[in-house]
Amino acid sequence: MADKDYILNITDRRPTGKYITPILKGLGYTLKNFFSKPITIKYPTERREVSDRWRGLHRLKVDDKGALKCVACGLCAKICPPQAITIVPYEEAGQTRYPKEFVIDELRCIFCGFCQEACPKDAIELTKVYDFVDYERKDFIFDIEKLKTPEKYIFNGK
Amino acid sequence: MLEYMTILIIKALVAFTVSLLIVAYSTWIERKVLGHVQLRHGPRRVGFHGLLQPIADGIKGFFKEELVPDNADKPLFLLAPVISIAAAVALIVIVPFGDKVTIMGHEITLYLTDLDVGVLFVLGISTIGAYGGILGGWSSGNKYGVIGGLRGAAQMISYELSMALAVIAVVMVSGSLSLIDIVNAQTGLWNIVKQPFAFVLFIICGLAEINRTPFDMPEAEAELACGFNVEYSSMKFALFFMAEYCHMFVFSALVTTFFLGGWHGPIIDGPHWFFLKTFLVIFFCVWERSTFPRLRYDQIMSFGWKILLPFGLLNILLTGLWMIVFNM
Repeated sequence: MADKDYILNITDRRPTGKYITPILKGLGYTLKNFFSKPITIKYPTERREVSDRWRGLHRLKVDDKGALKCVACGLCAKICPPQAITIVPYEEAGQTRYPKEFVIDELRCIFCGFCQEACPKDAIELTKVYDFVDYERKDFIFDIEKLKTPEKYIFNGK
Repeated sequence: MLEYMTILIIKALVAFTVSLLIVAYSTWIERKVLGHVQLRHGPRRVGFHGLLQPIADGIKGFFKEELVPDNADKPLFLLAPVISIAAAVALIVIVPFGDKVTIMGHEITLYLTDLDVGVLFVLGISTIGAYGGILGGWSSGNKYGVIGGLRGAAQMISYELSMALAVIAVVMVSGSLSLIDIVNAQTGLWNIVKQPFAFVLFIICGLAEINRTPFDMPEAEAELACGFNVEYSSMKFALFFMAEYCHMFVFSALVTTFFLGGWHGPIIDGPHWFFLKTFLVIFFCVWERSTFPRLRYDQIMSFGWKILLPFGLLNILLTGLWMIVFNM
């Protein structure tokens, strides 16, 4: 294969081609864009719809009586790949088990959703909340109270 | 005498305040229009649709750290932005906003001075602004700065010439060097009809003169990391920035004055027509910036010297012939 097939040696660098029409065309195109609706959305007042399968902040579900569905079996803590879940179970004599402490370190969490799949009681789920912000690391360690209402932590632009 | 002085001072204050407000808000126009052309929104957060953004930027400029590089030539480094902004603001003096009006029994002219040699003043002072760029680039002890400044100077000199040729054709049909007379000569028929080629020439050279895309050689972000102002920070940078937008405003005002009939317009003549036309030209400046890529340096030079200069000379020749033949 000869090199000359590929190398194009330009010695005449004078510009060639049309000028006026492409310039006017370009101006027309930008003007058209100027009068069309921007694609950018005004986050955080407007936000994109995320998929139903979106894996965001966790929620601990409660039953009709307002008690946690969780029985503190510890399967989610066991399966959690980054070991972000800490559970301290509690059981009064003859009563059902419930978690005394249920802490998720949201900074460790990789949002894989294994806890949701492992749960036998359907007690934990991943919501669509994806933009929770705070100032300190300790604010991202979510306990039971915070995990009950993940919607409170949606970023509102403040 | 006292009354004359008072009126003059008030007029100067009002003219400079209005002009500098327009300069500040042309940055807002720039960001907004560029945003919408690129299907974005532009500034929206500070005030209604980002209307307080220029003020926020100004306050930010004041509070940023003043840096002077170690190998900078300190006096010149500090002087350069001053030259730049002074030369730009001085041009506001000759901008004719409107004709005479009568306010409370006093006859007031809506321009600061009527220089006999207004056109020469414009061409002269606008070139002095290039010194700011050159000195700023050279004294900051940065290779990008030097290259940017030198490119700016070369481009300025090349396009100044063709711009002057375009203005000469206007002066020929108007018969005066005073901007007020040039505006008055356009009653009825604007110069854009009489001198369409000079108009195109003036627009192209003017864009090169105020260092806007496609002729923004002194800045050239991609090649020179911002060019002559690369070492400047805080208010010194803001002054360069302001000078650039001030030049844009004056350029728009001059296009209005030379070619679009100044304060003349349908129905009622007045400064509102002047401001409307000026804003349209400012919009055009932003619009074309969003459209064109930057030209290569040698292309800019050969375009200036090999095409625009002969074009301008030819235009003068044709204008002269036209005037002789039709005995205007």
